[in-house]
Amino acid sequence: MSILIDQNTTFIIQGITGREAVNLTRECLDYGSKIVGGVTPGRKGREVHGVPVFDTVEQVIEHNGGAVPDGSVVTVPPAGTRDAVFEALHAGIKTIVVVTERIPRRDVAMMVELADAKGARIIGPNCLGVIVPGVAKMGGIGGPARNAAVAYQPGSVGVMSRSGGMTTEISSTLTAAGLGVSTAVSIGGDAIIGSTYAELMPFFEADEQTEAIVIYTEPGGRMEAQLAQWVKDNDSRLPIIAFMAGKFMDDEEMQGMSFGHAGTIVEGKEDSATEKIARLEAAGIPVVQRIDEIPDLVKAKIAERSAA
Amino acid sequence: MRFFEYEAREIVKRAGIPVTDYGFTTDATEAKEIAQRIGGPTVIKSQVLTGGRMKAGGVKFADTPEEAQAHAKDILALEINGHMPRGVLVDPKAQVEQEYYAGVVWDGTAKKPLMLFSDMGGIDIEQVAEEHPDHVGRGHFSTLEPFSDFQAKQVIAAAGVTGRALQRATPVLARLARLFLENDMTLAEINPLAELKDGSFVALDAHMEMENEGMPRQKALLGALGIGAQEGTREGHTPTAFEEAVKAIDAADHRGVIQGKDTGFTGNIGLVIGAGGGSLTLTDAVRQQGGKPANYSEIGGNPSVAKACGLAKQVLRLEGVEKIAVMMSIVSNTRVDIVARGVIKACLELGKDPGETIAIFRIPGAWEEEGFKILDSYGIEYCDRSVSLWEAAGRAVAKIEKAAA
Repeated sequence: MSILIDQNTTFIIQGITGREAVNLTRECLDYGSKIVGGVTPGRKGREVHGVPVFDTVEQVIEHNGGAVPDGSVVTVPPAGTRDAVFEALHAGIKTIVVVTERIPRRDVAMMVELADAKGARIIGPNCLGVIVPGVAKMGGIGGPARNAAVAYQPGSVGVMSRSGGMTTEISSTLTAAGLGVSTAVSIGGDAIIGSTYAELMPFFEADEQTEAIVIYTEPGGRMEAQLAQWVKDNDSRLPIIAFMAGKFMDDEEMQGMSFGHAGTIVEGKEDSATEKIARLEAAGIPVVQRIDEIPDLVKAKIAERSAA
Repeated sequence: MRFFEYEAREIVKRAGIPVTDYGFTTDATEAKEIAQRIGGPTVIKSQVLTGGRMKAGGVKFADTPEEAQAHAKDILALEINGHMPRGVLVDPKAQVEQEYYAGVVWDGTAKKPLMLFSDMGGIDIEQVAEEHPDHVGRGHFSTLEPFSDFQAKQVIAAAGVTGRALQRATPVLARLARLFLENDMTLAEINPLAELKDGSFVALDAHMEMENEGMPRQKALLGALGIGAQEGTREGHTPTAFEEAVKAIDAADHRGVIQGKDTGFTGNIGLVIGAGGGSLTLTDAVRQQGGKPANYSEIGGNPSVAKACGLAKQVLRLEGVEKIAVMMSIVSNTRVDIVARGVIKACLELGKDPGETIAIFRIPGAWEEEGFKILDSYGIEYCDRSVSLWEAAGRAVAKIEKAAA
């Protein structure tokens, strides 16, 4: 089992002829994903690694005999992202991975609001997508298929991360320790994202393969507070372990600066690393100091739960 | 990007919200002329992008134009928290009946803009919310549906405001909500929003911040305010020579991204690190193991050899830096061999031995076999993913501290 995508998931790539998108297409195909078309306005008739390119999402659907793809990976420049996502949503696509970074918050909020109204889900923006080890990946997560195979082996731990690169670092550590990964989601590093930790928890909760959750977090935003609240409100069967990067940003001389991702800008006391760690721990979510401490703690927590 | 008060007030004014008949100037004599035109007591306010100007003596009251001129002269020469003022605002001293607060921010959890209103204006809204929650009204609004004034009215009513004040304040908050969205703001605040003796409402101070990502499509407004591209995004500090140099290298070619900061860093460990999350993790790991970074940096998106070289060179030129640590979380897009070539080239071009200068190279992932081969040939200590970020950072600290001792 898995969350968000599985071996049958079909998706398209909007902006497929861009340099990064061409690589991403190759990687996903090699990994076994089902890409049923690509869209770049004005490039109808081309092919990218055998994937036919169209001018509109509507044309892709027509080409596939009216079958609406399950998902779309959107990798178009920031000024055009909102429009591309709206196009996918209007076509009835339900899972949209937005790779593009530097999208103004207003556009992200509009995309998310429309997705909610249409019963669709957005992952990202500013993310690398979703991977179900050994099954499929949707987005650049893990890189080329042979690299992804090294870092991601199927297993029992669900991973959610605000950093794309750290999704792979953590998953690789879990893989090396023999735990493996059920589904890993790069949720994006922006101030507003389509799917937060707390919003994805019910999916992992329903996934039998997942026995524990590891999250990578940063300063900025209230997403961790939302997760802490979710844990308090729901009697989850899943132990959660967190890693917090960017503690140095709490120093006085670092105030007002943002590092790493746009979303790390601290806009209030609650957004600081110290405050978040306290909040997570109060909700029973241990925050480790080092990534390499994660596997042993995951094993201990799983053993604890199965003994109870 | 933060706006100065005189700009924020202009934005408010353009949105149809009443402001006082103020004037902005960089000249004390002109301040006198503005005070003369206003005719009556005035307030002289320093225009700086930092808080606490009242405490620092950056806000003064004048009864006569001559006094306004004298205050303006003092304030124009007064540095506040390391910032010299852009100019002064000469404002009529208003006859205030009651002060309110009106603000709009993003709520990242609700993923919608949030209006805030209070009848306890003039002080910090977070403090009011904590101590007098019944005096703060809040309400989210849609980014898709057209904004309607009743949404602002509900928020003001929820703060316990009724009667004429409710009716007068409603269009102000409604206009503020619209301008927030239309102008890609991350903060739009009028504090205090004053109710004058005659019952009219006027913005006495305004605080606006525009999202950097929104700036490319807000050129019309920025242009109207006289803000050119050369002002950048007005980071809280003036960019250092290192920061300027890294920016220039990054802009020189479109492949990959490098970033660097040394503001607030004073150590001797040169960090050539990446990517976003990896850099945050590694900076913490270095510091928690007793190391003092000389800088912060980020490599991402598969940069060219020239870019990686350029960043490493700039880090090596920082004062007190003899050695660099080249570390990233596992890469899948950025190529290990290209970064390796870049940092080695930097050492060679500066006449340094790469094997001595690069304390540790920990970048596992795409093209690592090729990368490790090159590193081997220069005698550089490197490691693969079996060495954690923490351990790699620890090795760098041990090596560099030992060399410095």
